[in-house]
Order: sequence, then structure tokens, then C-alpha cells
Amino acid sequence: MNETMTQTSWIPVAILFTSLLPGLVIFGLRERQIRLRTWLNMAGAITKVGFVIALIPPVTSGLRLEYRYDLLPGVQLLLITDPMALLFVGLSTLLWLLTTIYAIGYLEDSPNRSRFFGFFSLCVTATAGIALSGNLITFLLFFETLTLVTYPLVAHRGTAEALRGARTYLAYTVTGGIVLLGGVAWLTAMVGPVEFRARGADEVAALATTNPTTAVAIFATLIAGLAVKAALVPVHGWLPIAMVAPAPVSALLHAVAVVKAGVFGIIRVIHDVYGVEIAANLGVLTPLAVLAGITIVYGSLRALMQDELKSRLAYSTVSQLSYITVGVSLFAVTATTGGIVHLVHQGLMKVSLFFCAGLFAEVLGLTRVSQLAGVGRRMPVSSASFTVAALGMIGIPPVAGFVSKWYLGLGGLEAGAPWVLAVLAASTLLNAAYFLPVIYVLWFKDPEEGAPWQGAASHLRRRVEAPLPLLVPAAATACLALVAGLGAGWAYSPLSLAELVAAGSYS
Amino acid sequence: MGVLLPMLVLGPLGGAVLLALLPARIRPWLTVGLAAALGAAVVVLVGVVAVGGVVHYQVAGWAPPLGIELLVDPFSAAMLAMTAGVSLPVLIYATGTELVRGHEAFWPLVMMLWSGLNAVYVTADLFNAYVALELMGLSAVALVILGGSSAWRAGLRYLFIAVLGSLLYLLGVALIYGQTGTLDMVGAGEVLTSGTYAFTALVMITAGMALKTALFPMHTWLPAAHAAAPSAVSPLLSALVIKASLYLLIRIWFTVFGGAAPTGLPTALGVLGCAAVVWGNVVALRQDRLKAVVSYSTVAQVGYFFLLFAYLAPALDAPAGSTQEQVALAAWTGVLVLVFSHALAKAAMFMAAGVLAIAHRSDNLNDQVGAVNRMPGTVLAFAAAGVVLAGLPPTMGFMGKWQLLQASMVGGQWWWLAVLLGGGLLTLGYTARVVRATFDRPGHAGRDQPRVVPVRMPAMSLMLTVTAVVLGFLTLPVAQFLEPVLPAGALP
Amino acid sequence: MTHGDVFGLLAAGLVVLAVVRLLTAGDLVRRVIALNIASGGVLMVLVLVAAHSEPPDSVLHALALTGIVITVSVTGLALVLIRRIESPEHGEQPHDNEVPPDADHDDGPHDEHIQGAHGGGP
Repeated sequence: MNETMTQTSWIPVAILFTSLLPGLVIFGLRERQIRLRTWLNMAGAITKVGFVIALIPPVTSGLRLEYRYDLLPGVQLLLITDPMALLFVGLSTLLWLLTTIYAIGYLEDSPNRSRFFGFFSLCVTATAGIALSGNLITFLLFFETLTLVTYPLVAHRGTAEALRGARTYLAYTVTGGIVLLGGVAWLTAMVGPVEFRARGADEVAALATTNPTTAVAIFATLIAGLAVKAALVPVHGWLPIAMVAPAPVSALLHAVAVVKAGVFGIIRVIHDVYGVEIAANLGVLTPLAVLAGITIVYGSLRALMQDELKSRLAYSTVSQLSYITVGVSLFAVTATTGGIVHLVHQGLMKVSLFFCAGLFAEVLGLTRVSQLAGVGRRMPVSSASFTVAALGMIGIPPVAGFVSKWYLGLGGLEAGAPWVLAVLAASTLLNAAYFLPVIYVLWFKDPEEGAPWQGAASHLRRRVEAPLPLLVPAAATACLALVAGLGAGWAYSPLSLAELVAAGSYS
Repeated sequence: MGVLLPMLVLGPLGGAVLLALLPARIRPWLTVGLAAALGAAVVVLVGVVAVGGVVHYQVAGWAPPLGIELLVDPFSAAMLAMTAGVSLPVLIYATGTELVRGHEAFWPLVMMLWSGLNAVYVTADLFNAYVALELMGLSAVALVILGGSSAWRAGLRYLFIAVLGSLLYLLGVALIYGQTGTLDMVGAGEVLTSGTYAFTALVMITAGMALKTALFPMHTWLPAAHAAAPSAVSPLLSALVIKASLYLLIRIWFTVFGGAAPTGLPTALGVLGCAAVVWGNVVALRQDRLKAVVSYSTVAQVGYFFLLFAYLAPALDAPAGSTQEQVALAAWTGVLVLVFSHALAKAAMFMAAGVLAIAHRSDNLNDQVGAVNRMPGTVLAFAAAGVVLAGLPPTMGFMGKWQLLQASMVGGQWWWLAVLLGGGLLTLGYTARVVRATFDRPGHAGRDQPRVVPVRMPAMSLMLTVTAVVLGFLTLPVAQFLEPVLPAGALP
Repeated sequence: MTHGDVFGLLAAGLVVLAVVRLLTAGDLVRRVIALNIASGGVLMVLVLVAAHSEPPDSVLHALALTGIVITVSVTGLALVLIRRIESPEHGEQPHDNEVPPDADHDDGPHDEHIQGAHGGGP
């Protein structure tokens, strides 16, 4: 790894403001100021993408930007751009851009759009804040903010079901947040404010030597707080319920913002607070990996039982997230690489799947797997995107998911945990069992006679199968998933970045 | 600059007389103008204190013990600023509609109340504090009964409690004077020795002030009075009036009694504080009326303030630079930050509740259907105020709670943690319950066409909430401003 | 027992009895009288403390006077309020809830002195 050069900079703050400012302005807009709202959204998203792209080369060659601000005596707001931060902020920025386009199309003519896009931007700001956090307290600050600003998005439709879903979401995540707060405050009280450092903070290492029991207890508290958002069994219950939200929100919740904040936190705690070696010596990694393994299998089994497409995808998220957790909690550099790269790969594929599910529901009114017979002929691009992403989830090369699974499997062997291979195999079979039927139904089954969408389709031969703002992001994310798999060897690919991050975690 | 101090008391008092004589038509904006002038004076004073430290003034040049001494240190300056910072937006809010102020007597009475509050904060004398408390209490009672016939009973009960609290205080002051021969707080603190006599005085004063601050289980008068008062009065009562008695209690505990405080009492106050947090929050969750929810929320928040005594007491004899002193410092800034953030958020919450109640002609939760779409700003103000009160980041409430968490953990007082962490969860619970009630429900239409509310009313509520959030990022200067008066540090 | 002790015990007894009555009595006028007696007890303590020094401390006498003035004004306010509450046109409200009934002015009984004009903003 190159020599790290630290430099104080306003750029991390500017990245937050590219979504914060548009969000605040949008709250003040009237409902019918559509053009200005769209313009603000897109300008913010594109500026943010610009910042991130400009940061990739310097950060990979060892530049670390820092922004510090004193909140209280001993409490600092610290934003940094290390490779891990860049990976996550890059993912969220790219998917924000695509999801914004999708949401603009999806919510056309629906009420309360200023509220929706305002909170949507705040949600992305909080996610970027999480990504750029340089210490635990900053992470906590944005982590809790994310919970709060996502609530109005989940409750957006205001139906009894949406309100119930939002309530469950809030109850779970706020409780998790409070547990995390307890853990962070405890660690701070023991060793002072902790900053993220590759291979762990020195103060925490000292604590692990002098008082291992406390170090283990704090680790357990932190992970318990993070586990809610990371949807580890048994605190995953909110995720399938929260998918009553509008499709772009589900996409954001499941692929980018909320769940990834949880896993990202787990990565930071294991690798940059404790350090993977110290965590392994404390004996806390194996229980976490086993729990994640159980979650993988459990989530896949539950997904198999769902007929509702979004429910199936939701349980699939529960399962896929734990791939990341398993990867980063094995003591092997290959496994860590696999876990970290899956953060990006799962995001791309899952966003595409939710976009497609939203397309089927929006254009044809279909929400169940059993209703999808023959849709491939009516909506070929959407169905193809869905197919690519689903094959990736199963782990078929050359889609990105294969790369993740390959590294995870190798890492399992390297870490001396062959049971991981068994879990991966079982999960792959289950993935195939719940995704292949969908693909089969889409392409090879004849449409049912009298399916409500059929008549409309034959009368109204549209040139495009669906509105472009919905279709383009779905296809683009599927293509990106394919490109990330095919181009994994490229210097700035997610895999290369993940390898850089993982290499930094091991001395 | 000392001459500012009597002006802070006499200015609003003169204003009250003037306003009572002038026709009702010109009262509203004249009051706002007076309030802005007072606010400017307070800003100047805070600046002076920040630069030059404590400001003294002897009325008519008479020195204690016969003369009246006025004194402003950072603690009292911050309380004065809090009073002005909340009063001005509330007064602008009150210009919105007569429905939130009940009667035109509101304007002079608010000025009288403000005079009483300022008098509590600037006095350095135990007996003048009693007079100030009574001035404040009587104006507050008069403001409550502007709420109409339904508020009279609550107002009378409030009057009894307020006077009883002051009498207990006066009893304590008499005992202190009997031993020390002075009414000057600092002077009395230098002479007072611990013993049965001092202990009785401390118990009397603590009981009296706890009653006026509505510490559980002496809180039952508060939800009645604060919910029945007109909507522009409730924010003043919850955000400011209870803080004056709390201020006086803190002053007397640490300036007058200092190390003479017995060990059992602080823990007892902390335990009652915990009980208040649990009870207030749980009961707030079960209320069907907006203003009752907000009132019980105040009962709960008062509990956090009383944890201060439990945190500070063990640090009183600690040497400088010790862990105990560090704990005391964290607890001191933490509780005061909570006091200020509560003032902002609670005022905002009551103002938002008032807007909803006026618009829907009812403050029943079930009648708020559809508000989230019709008046999103108001609902947002309420919700964000709830987040501040719950102590979640990124708000001022979180900064205060973080300091208390650190004080608990570093000081090994683990038992307060459950309340610190769990209380926020319950707070968010009743906030979410109110927010949920404002969504559209199929088959449940709102009562009638909602009333139109002037936009400055929700705007003022939102402004206070936003201030509480933004100040979360400016807590450090606030904490540094308050640090020099850490009571434990000032002890002999 | 000195005179001072007797007076002290008397004052303490008055305060305790009056406070108990203030908190338990149902009748509002009784509570006002209890408040006055409690106040008398506290003022007795003030006078007693003043008598400890020779000549008696005039500062405390001045304080006692101020206390009397405040008690009188409080009593006045309380009596006015009680007369309103118990006046026939408003009727006795027997329940003393923690939270009063509907604070909505439009639905409640109207009062010319307190209620102003209704109907929206200016």
C-alpha cells in the first residue's frame, strides 16, 4: 500500500452539502414546481458523482482528506476519505443518481413529492455522512439521522399498512440505535474518543489486552446495535415489513442506505476500531460469522416461501447482507475482500431487482411471482435486467455476484472455516430455487388467458415497454452489475478497491 | 454595564404597566417591540459576561446586607438569554390569533412574567428571590386562567402549589438567615456550617422548589395547568417558568450549601428524577389530547434535570483534576444543555400543538387527521421537537445526553443509564404516535374545514425547533461559556 | 423550655397542620384559609429568628411585612377565582381531573370576560 498522506479539506463537507442543500430547498418548493425540483435533484446528484470520481485516483494512491469540527470537549465531528469510505460513498452516490431518476418517473403525478424528495435527499446525505465518518461518534450521529429521515419515506403513502410498516421500522432501528449509542458511549468512557484506523485503534488494542472481558462486552453491544440495520437474525423482522414503501425507497433501503449502513458499521467496528487480528484473538468473530451463516440460510429459506415478489426480494436481502458480514468476520484477507466487494455488488444487483419489481407493479400491476407468466414478451428489457441481476445473485459468472462468492469461498478455506463453503453451497442452491422459477415464469411460461394487462398491450403497441425514467435505471444497474463482474480486474473496479481496503486491514 | 441588570427587571415591569393602560389594539406589536429591545439588552449582557466575567450592580448604591445586590454570571446570563430567546418567538406567535392568548390581558401579564423571571436570574439575594418567585408565580397563574372557565380550577390549584412552594422556600431562607445573619447568597454560603439546622433549611427549600418545578411525585398540578392554559401561555410555562425554580434550587444547593449538602438527599433527587422520566413518558404515551401529551413530556424531562444533583454531589469534595471533577463538568454542561434544548423544543412543541388545535378546533389526537398533508411544517416542527427531546442526534438534546452518558460511565454511576437510554425511546414513542395521528385515514374524515392559521405561527414553532437542531453543532461554545461557573469548582 | 422553643414548636405545628389541610381539603375556601395559616406559621418563624438577636433584627421584620403583603394579594386572587368557579352560571365542576376537559373554546361554555372573539386569524 502506498504511503498515506493526510490533508485537511472541505471536500468531505462539500460532498454532504451536495445533497443536503437541494433537500432543504426542495422542502420549501410548491408541489407543482416540478422542473425546479428535478433540476435541483439532478444537479446535486451529478455534482456528487463528480466529486467522487475526482477523488478515486488520489485516494487509491494514498491521499486521505480530513475535516474536523469540535462538537463538545472530546467529541469531534470527523469526516475522512479513506478507500473504504470512498467505496461506500461511491456506491451510494451512483445509486442515488439512478434512484432519483427512477423516483421522478415513479412518483409522477402523485401527491407530496416535495416532502418525498426532501427526505430522500436528507437520507442520501446521512448515508454519505456514514460513509465518510472518521470516528464512532460521527458514525453514530449520521446513523441515527438516517433512521429518522427514512421514517417519512417508509410512511410516505400514509396507508394503514405503510404506517404500520413505518412504526415497526422505527421501533426496531431506534432501539438498535440506542443500543449502539450505549456501546459507543461505553467505549468512549473506557478509552476516550476512538477514530477509525486501518488495523484498529491503539487505545482499543490496549483495552483488549488489559481488560478483554470489557472489550468483548463492548464489541457485543456495538454489533448488537448495528445488527438491526444489518438485518441479522433474530432482529431482521423490520426489513420485510418496511417494503410497503414506494419502490424507489425499497430500493434505497434494501440496497444502499439503511441496510448497508448497518453492515458498513460492522466492517468499521471489526476492521477499523478493533482491528481484525485483535477481534479474532478476542474470539468474537466466529460467533458473528456463525450467526451470519444462519441468517444466510434462514433468509434464503424464507424467500423461497414468498409469492409476493417484493417479499421474496426482501428476504433475499436478509440473506445476501449476511454474505458481507460473514466475509468481514473471517480472519482471511480474501474473505474480507469478498465481503467488502459484495457491499457494492449486492447493491447494484438488488437495486436492479427492486427497480424491475417496481416496473412490473407500475406498468402491469403485477406484484406476485405467479402473475408474471409471459411478461418477458411484453417487457423484454425489464425482464432481461431482472434476469441478469437474479443470475448474479445466484452467483453465475460473469455477473458480479460470482466474484463475491468466489472470494468468499476461497476466504472461508483460507480462514480455516470450511463450513462457510457449505453455507455458500446451500445458499446458492436456495438462491437458484427462488430466482430461477421467476426467470422461468417470465420467459418461458405462456401468459394466462385474460390476464388484465394483455388486452391493453395488444391494442396499444407502445414503442417502449415502460416510461424511460423507470426503464433506464433498471437496465443501467443490471449492466453495471455485469460490468463489475467482467471488469473486476480493472484498476478502479470495486474489486480492486475492496482488495486495497482489505490489504490495509492486515499487516 | 451593571445598570442593565435592574433594567432587565424594571423594563418589562414598566412595559406591563404601560401595556395595561394602552388600548388592546396596539398591544400586540408594541409587546413584540419591547421584547425585541429586551432581547437586544440580553445579547449585550451575554457579550459582556463572555468577555469580562461576572457583572455586579448594587441598587441605589447600597451594599449588602441592607442593599439589594444584583449579579449576573454565565449561568444566569444563559438563563436570561434562554428566556428572551423563547419569549420573543412566542410573542410573535401570539399575535397570530386571539385564540392562542385568550384575552388581551395576555400582553401586560407576559411582560410581568418576564420581569419576574429576569428578577430570579439577576438577584444575588435570598429574599429578593422569594419576591421574584411570587411575581413570576402570580403572573403565571393569571396567564393560565386566561384559558377560559375550563382553566380556572387548574389555575387555582397552580396558585396553591406555587404559593406553598414559595412558603417552604421562605421558611428555609429564614433558617439560613438565623444561622448566617445575611441574605446574600455568596455571603451566607461562606458562613453556613452543616448540621441539623442547615439540613432542615435545605430540605425545606428543596421541597419547595421541587414542588414548583413539578418533580415527580409533586407533578400532578403541572399537566392540568399547562394543558388548560391558552396555547401561547403553555410554551412559556413549560419552557421557562419551571426553569426559574430549578435555577434557584441549583444556585442555593451549590452556592449557599456547597459541601454542606448531606449525602442521601442528592441520590433521592436522582431517584425521583428517574421515576419522573419513566412515569411522565409512560403517561404521555397514553394521552388522547395533544397538549396533555406535551405536558406529561415536561414532567418526564424535569426528571433529567434533577439527575444533576446526584452527579455533582460526589464531586463536591473531589480534588481538582480528578475523575470526579471531570464527571461533574460533564454533568454540569450536560444538564444545562438539556435545560436549554428542552426550552426550545418544548416551546416549539406546544406552539405546534396549539396551531393544530386551533386549525382543527380540537386538540384531540383523533381530530388531527390529514394534518401532515395540509400543514406539513407544523407536523415537522412537532416531530423534530420530539427528536430533540428524545436526545437523538444530530440535535442539542443529544449533546446534553451524551455528556450525561459520559458522566455516568466515567463516574461509575451505571444505574442512571437505563433511564438515559430508555427515556429517549419512550419520548420518540409518543412523538411518533402524534405524527401517526396526523396522517390521512380512509373512512375517517377530519371534522370540518380546518381554520386558516397565520403562517407566522407555525413558522415560529419551526424556527425554535431548527434552532435546537442547529445549536447541536454549536454546543461547544455554550459549554465553554458555562464551564467557569461549575458550582463544584466554586466551592471552598 | 424557653419562650423561643415554645414559639418555634407552635410555628412548626401551624405550618404542618395547615399544609396537610391545604393538600387534603376539598372545599376551596378552606384551602385558602389553610394557605393563610401556613403563611402565618412561616412568618412566625421569621419573627422568632429576628428575636434571637438583641435588639430584634429589623431586616427580618421587613421581610415578614413583605410576606404579609404577598399573602394578602395571593388570597385576593384566590378568592376572586373561587367566586368565578363556584358562581351559579358556570356551575360546580365536581371532577378534578389531571387534565381538564376539552380546551377548545368553541365548544365550551362562553364567558364574556375571558373569551374574546372567535373565528380565525386577523
